[in-house]
Amino acid sequence: MFDRISDSFSGAIRKLSGSGSISESNVREAMGEVRDALLEADVQYEVAEAFCDKVLKDALGREVTKSLKPGQEMIAIVHRRLVELFGGDPDADQQPAPPGIMKMSPGPTIVMMCGLQGSGKTTTCGKLAGLLKKQGRSVMLAAADLQRPAAVEQLQTVARQANELPGGAQVHFYAEPDKVAAYGKAVGVAVKVCQNAVKEAKAKGVDVLILDTAGRLHVNDELMGELGQVKSLLSPHHIFLVVDAMTGQDAVQSARSFHQRLAVDGVILTKFDSDTRGGAALSVKEVTGAPIRYIGVGEKLDALEPFHPERMAGRILGMGDVVSLVEKAQQEVSEEDAKKLEAKMSKGELTMDDFLKQMKTLRKMGSMKSLLGMLPGIGSMLKEVDIDEKQLDRTEAMIQSMTPAERSRPDLINNPRKRRIASGSGTDQTQVGQLVKQFGMLNKMTKQMGSMSAGSKVAAAQQLSGSGMFSGMPALPGMGGKGSTKSASRGVKKRKPKRR
Amino acid sequence: MAMFRGVMDRLKKGLTKTREGLVSSLRSIVHGRTLDDALIKEIEQRLIQSDVGVVATRELIESIRTDAKAGKLTRGEHVIDHLKREIKAMWPEADRSLKLAPSAPTVILMTGVNGVGKTTSIAKLCAQLRGEGKTVLLGACDTFRAGAVRQLEIWAERLGVEVVKGQQGGDPASVAFDASAAAKARGVDFLILDTAGRLHTQAGLMDQLTKIRRVVDKQIPGAPHEVLLVLDATSGQNALRQAEEFGKAAGVTGIFLSKLDGTARGGIVVAVRHTTDIPVKFIGVGETPEDVEPFDPERFVEAMFAE
Ligand SMILES: Nc1nc2c(ncn2[C@@H]2O[C@H](COP(=O)(O)OP(=O)(O)O)[C@@H](O)[C@H]2O)c(=O)[nH]1
Ligand SMILES: Nc1nc2c(ncn2[C@@H]2O[C@H](COP(=O)(O)OP(=O)(O)O)[C@@H](O)[C@H]2O)c(=O)[nH]1
Ligand SMILES: [Mg+2]
Ligand SMILES: [Mg+2]
Repeated sequence: MFDRISDSFSGAIRKLSGSGSISESNVREAMGEVRDALLEADVQYEVAEAFCDKVLKDALGREVTKSLKPGQEMIAIVHRRLVELFGGDPDADQQPAPPGIMKMSPGPTIVMMCGLQGSGKTTTCGKLAGLLKKQGRSVMLAAADLQRPAAVEQLQTVARQANELPGGAQVHFYAEPDKVAAYGKAVGVAVKVCQNAVKEAKAKGVDVLILDTAGRLHVNDELMGELGQVKSLLSPHHIFLVVDAMTGQDAVQSARSFHQRLAVDGVILTKFDSDTRGGAALSVKEVTGAPIRYIGVGEKLDALEPFHPERMAGRILGMGDVVSLVEKAQQEVSEEDAKKLEAKMSKGELTMDDFLKQMKTLRKMGSMKSLLGMLPGIGSMLKEVDIDEKQLDRTEAMIQSMTPAERSRPDLINNPRKRRIASGSGTDQTQVGQLVKQFGMLNKMTKQMGSMSAGSKVAAAQQLSGSGMFSGMPALPGMGGKGSTKSASRGVKKRKPKRR
Repeated sequence: MAMFRGVMDRLKKGLTKTREGLVSSLRSIVHGRTLDDALIKEIEQRLIQSDVGVVATRELIESIRTDAKAGKLTRGEHVIDHLKREIKAMWPEADRSLKLAPSAPTVILMTGVNGVGKTTSIAKLCAQLRGEGKTVLLGACDTFRAGAVRQLEIWAERLGVEVVKGQQGGDPASVAFDASAAAKARGVDFLILDTAGRLHTQAGLMDQLTKIRRVVDKQIPGAPHEVLLVLDATSGQNALRQAEEFGKAAGVTGIFLSKLDGTARGGIVVAVRHTTDIPVKFIGVGETPEDVEPFDPERFVEAMFAE
């Protein structure tokens, strides 16, 4: 989307390079592209239209047409409005930390999960339990889904897994398996189970009780009524609506119904580890007003992250997210290591050893592609790029064949050294040369990114992506691909806006 | 026909319930109006809101404009017939039947991303086949998700069929191997393999599907005969990527469109059909084993535009 918006604006400029200035109607035309890009990202139709109106007004108000870099300015405007759309404050230097789960005294804090079938409620229960456990708060997971076959067993397993996660507190499980009624006849019974769970949680002195309810369609009156009953009898402190991020236009409609019925106070978007842009799920905020609290990024119980509007705006634009990348690494590496690394990165002082360590960590974490997708400008290129694991092996071997001095100062690596490294790693001299060169670029890039404020990253990401710096990235050892040259050259062309 | 009516009623019921002013049906939009730009814009909105996607929508709109210019479409009502024709034509008749093995067992592999309804859809297929007097064996190759094996087992118990299962966390391909061997030994008509949900972006897990295929083919040459991709009717444009990637890794032969009983119109299959030639074979319209129908483009399109 990022590419598309900037392309369409540079297109508008090119068209008019003879006539001197771009006009309001050019901006309007380009807005059509923005709208299509939003719709392709599944942003709900009306939300997309309203969004484009706002952006158009901003653009004309800020006189984008007279700007030296209308494409970049446009991206910045779209980014701001996206941050706002997702519930953030585009003017804040730092977004306030998203609120957590409230502490009640006396306990327990009651959390009710709800949503459509298969959206990820049960898994998310386990993830929240893990999160709370880490904070030293004890949790009880209660099985109020008596409909889906083996839902109780599933939650039991999830509770056990959550209890094995680090943290001082206990994760309890509550169920009444004998209440699993004949299929489809369990309405009402679940309410009783929830009430009993509250009693049990009180007796055990549990801090947070999480109710895992059955998936249901928002148009199923009977089952929606059941949730209404739980709400009025138990007055949960939080009602979280769990929405699959891969959902299309219907997301808004179902969310609206759940919200009308239950006044949900937070939305959790799951399956954000996929390559969905998540536009529909993100439109939910605009339509319901309920803030997005967390995003699920995997099937494992540690795959839950607080929601950051600003980062999500970057994602939907395809600009990538350096902060998330660093944070992900942080979870794997120790806090201290990560801090050091971040500092080094922002100074462009990354060593080959750091690089190797990072690479290993990234590989351990799994999908290289999704992680690299978080880097600005790379996301869109990666679509056509195949990550070659063998090449990554070779890169590792090359670094391992370097002396400690070479690793910390790659500029030492002259031709004789390259020869030695090549023979030590079973590669050739050109490959070693390439690695050293690419590594230099990486350092330059991270330095630039690191020294930027959040706002200017927007423009910088675009600048970088076209500067040729990134054109080397897909060719970074391990990342070869047919599309790389194409994307890169497109980027370079894009970067020469002819000044009139 | 009676069955069809039941489904239509349910679909329509779902649709009317949602009319809370958000999405008005195409029929009511076009009613009694002349076909002009404003109307075309509304039709476009309706298609987008059904998840048909920007590209496929644009082409459908183009075809309306072309025919309107040629004087073939003048009134709003004409548009419905036009769209129905266009969309229906995407699914030629021959596409829709279940592919059978030349000799039993026919092996069906169910695939899809997380939570779309694979296991439930297996229960549906199983119930249908049982209703036709066929013998069925199930293979529990979802060894990953908590409670997944147990879920399939419960369906099997209810439907009176057997399940081959392995170790929780074990190798799904080895379950597929055992299940294939058992299907041959027992001489069943159908073997249906359940798999764990996986994202099409997870290369390792996609390879695992390829491996399952290989293992099954070794045991029963030509198997799996049908590889169904379960798509959630609520899904957005990401389903295009799912179809593409599962198509590549698992050799998808058909789509099972689940959860059409909600308010989502499932227009995504139009988008998918636009970019791949994978046919839609079944639709799921509820959580019980009876809630399944063969896909019928005509009824599908009708429900898409219904009141
Ligand atoms: N990839 C991915 N899968 C998820 C995520 N959250 C849940 N799932 C999977 O989605 C499927 C449905 O989840 P479940 O918790 O059973 O959904 P429920 O029916 O709403 O309770 C399971 O296969 C989960 O493993 C997520 O954030 N990422
Ligand atoms: N309303 C509705 N729910 C469905 C349908 N198919 C499956 N489900 C529900 O979706 C959830 C996930 O289904 P499941 O078969 O476990 O999905 P899997 O993870 O892909 O195997 C369960 O709660 C099912 O009852 C359908 O056609 N309509
Ligand atoms: Mg559940
Ligand atoms: Mg399953």
